[in-house]
Amino acid sequence: MKLPVIGQTSAGAAGGGCSASACGSSGEQLGHLPEAIRAKVQDHPCYSEDAHHFFARMHVAVAPACNIQCHYCNRKYDCANESRPGVVSELLTPDQAVLKTKAVAAAIPQMSVLGIAGPGDPLANPQRTFETFRRLSAEAPDIKLCVSTNGLALPESVDELARHNIDHVTITINCLDPAIGARIYPWIFWQNRRVFGIEAARILIEQQQKGLEMLTARGILVKVNSVMIPGVNDRHLKEVSRVVKAKGAFLHNVMPLIAEAEHGTFYGLTGQRGPTAAELQELQDACAGDMNMMRHCRQCRADAVGLLGEDRGEEFTLEKIAAMEIDYDKAMQLRAEVRAGITAALNARRAEREQAAAAPTRTAGPAELRSIRIAVASSGQGLVNQHFGHAREFLVYEASNAGVRFLAPRKTDLYCAGDDSCGDGESALERTISALSDCEVVLCSKIGFEPWGRLEAAGIAPNGEHAMEEIEEACAAVYRELAAAGALAAPPGETNRAA
Amino acid sequence: MPFEIVESCVNCWACEPLCPNRAIVEARPHFRIVAERCTECLGDHDDPQCASICPIEGAIVDECGEPLNPPGSLTGIPMAMAMSLLEKAERAGASAGSAA
Repeated sequence: MKLPVIGQTSAGAAGGGCSASACGSSGEQLGHLPEAIRAKVQDHPCYSEDAHHFFARMHVAVAPACNIQCHYCNRKYDCANESRPGVVSELLTPDQAVLKTKAVAAAIPQMSVLGIAGPGDPLANPQRTFETFRRLSAEAPDIKLCVSTNGLALPESVDELARHNIDHVTITINCLDPAIGARIYPWIFWQNRRVFGIEAARILIEQQQKGLEMLTARGILVKVNSVMIPGVNDRHLKEVSRVVKAKGAFLHNVMPLIAEAEHGTFYGLTGQRGPTAAELQELQDACAGDMNMMRHCRQCRADAVGLLGEDRGEEFTLEKIAAMEIDYDKAMQLRAEVRAGITAALNARRAEREQAAAAPTRTAGPAELRSIRIAVASSGQGLVNQHFGHAREFLVYEASNAGVRFLAPRKTDLYCAGDDSCGDGESALERTISALSDCEVVLCSKIGFEPWGRLEAAGIAPNGEHAMEEIEEACAAVYRELAAAGALAAPPGETNRAA
Repeated sequence: MPFEIVESCVNCWACEPLCPNRAIVEARPHFRIVAERCTECLGDHDDPQCASICPIEGAIVDECGEPLNPPGSLTGIPMAMAMSLLEKAERAGASAGSAA
């Protein structure tokens, strides 16, 4: 089966610069998908922006070996306090991974997905990876299995992936040009040799593209991850997006490079910078004309547990799991109930939105209103339901006359640690304010007196009026309030997206 | 003429399945090569397999204690770092010079 290519159906609208998928409510991101694909992704938090507010995932770190080196990765790194790909605290055997998965799925009934993403490359550890998949597909058949790979060993693994009913595969594709690849990948291990430079990049790229084609030819959903590295592949990624879409990839996730000297990576130590939030969004928007883009990625650890924005890994160490008493059958039953409930709610919400989108009222407003950005503190369920001081990240939305769309998560430091002292709350608050400097409103369930004043002074309006409301509706309501108050007249001479 | 794995090994398992002689064993604090089984892959492969996939410079050494992957040979980090430090120093020197 050949997968339909996303975007073709809405190609006419995309040309106008304001297609339904790009400028409509972000929940409509999957609105134009064929039903069969929507059914596959509607409870996968990494494949559906809607689902990620509700469904949890976990990664099991069973795959330590890697067959390539990337300049953004340091194989020595192992830290509990760092959250980024390639980092784990506890390497698991397949047995331990199965035990942990079942324990987490019993404790968190919203858990729908088990992924293997490292800390090395899952397909460079085929025995450990496939043993884990084989056992889980038998013992927890309701959990979706997915895998993330650099693609080098992908063509030889496609049969085995299909055999285990793995229908979500992520390939990290950073380039199509070996000359660019040589600046990202210093070496690969290939046919019993270490291969360097352009030759290594050429082989890797060839294998990635071949693997992508083989997967989509079998109807396996493929997400492509690309790391945006300013000055290296940033201008090349639009071409990557176009090509992988043409080959049937379902979703493209352009992620910012994470590079700090203390991570000990080549890029970190050589001062290669990551993109700014604005640069990242510009590239994502540029790719969005061609491709279904993922914007809610949290670049999580290879042993992450929970909703995408949170990491509950510490609750499920092997030691703690050993002490748990679990009724696995009952847990699976509970998961089925929870999943049915969430799916019904999501479907109802989607139907409501489709109705609203079909109504002509949206174009009735004055077109010259400018768009604004709104930061939202949410702990899940798609609601404005988190205290400002408890937020470790904010979801940034753009509200315009055309609707509300999700832009990106912004990580911030925890302002309030919950104790009396507030630690270095002062400087953490400053960093939060600076991270949200392009937003005009912050929506949260509650906010303290001190940060309230500081946000206002920085020109960001704190707003606790929409606590427990659905995020996109709350953003739309705030936009309407500001419009009614006359606060959104576009500065003269400026044309905005909605115009 | 066996190879040896030293303490900088990160226990990533990459080498273990590649050894044609099953000479590599999981051990603590790090993986180990059973000396009497190691042939340096002579007769099996052109390149010693463990050293060809090991991501850590200096983690596998020959009988003289010489690293099979010396510093800088895999990641290019020491050389690149030296360059970037040099550049920084030059920039600092230039700005100090222009200020003077």
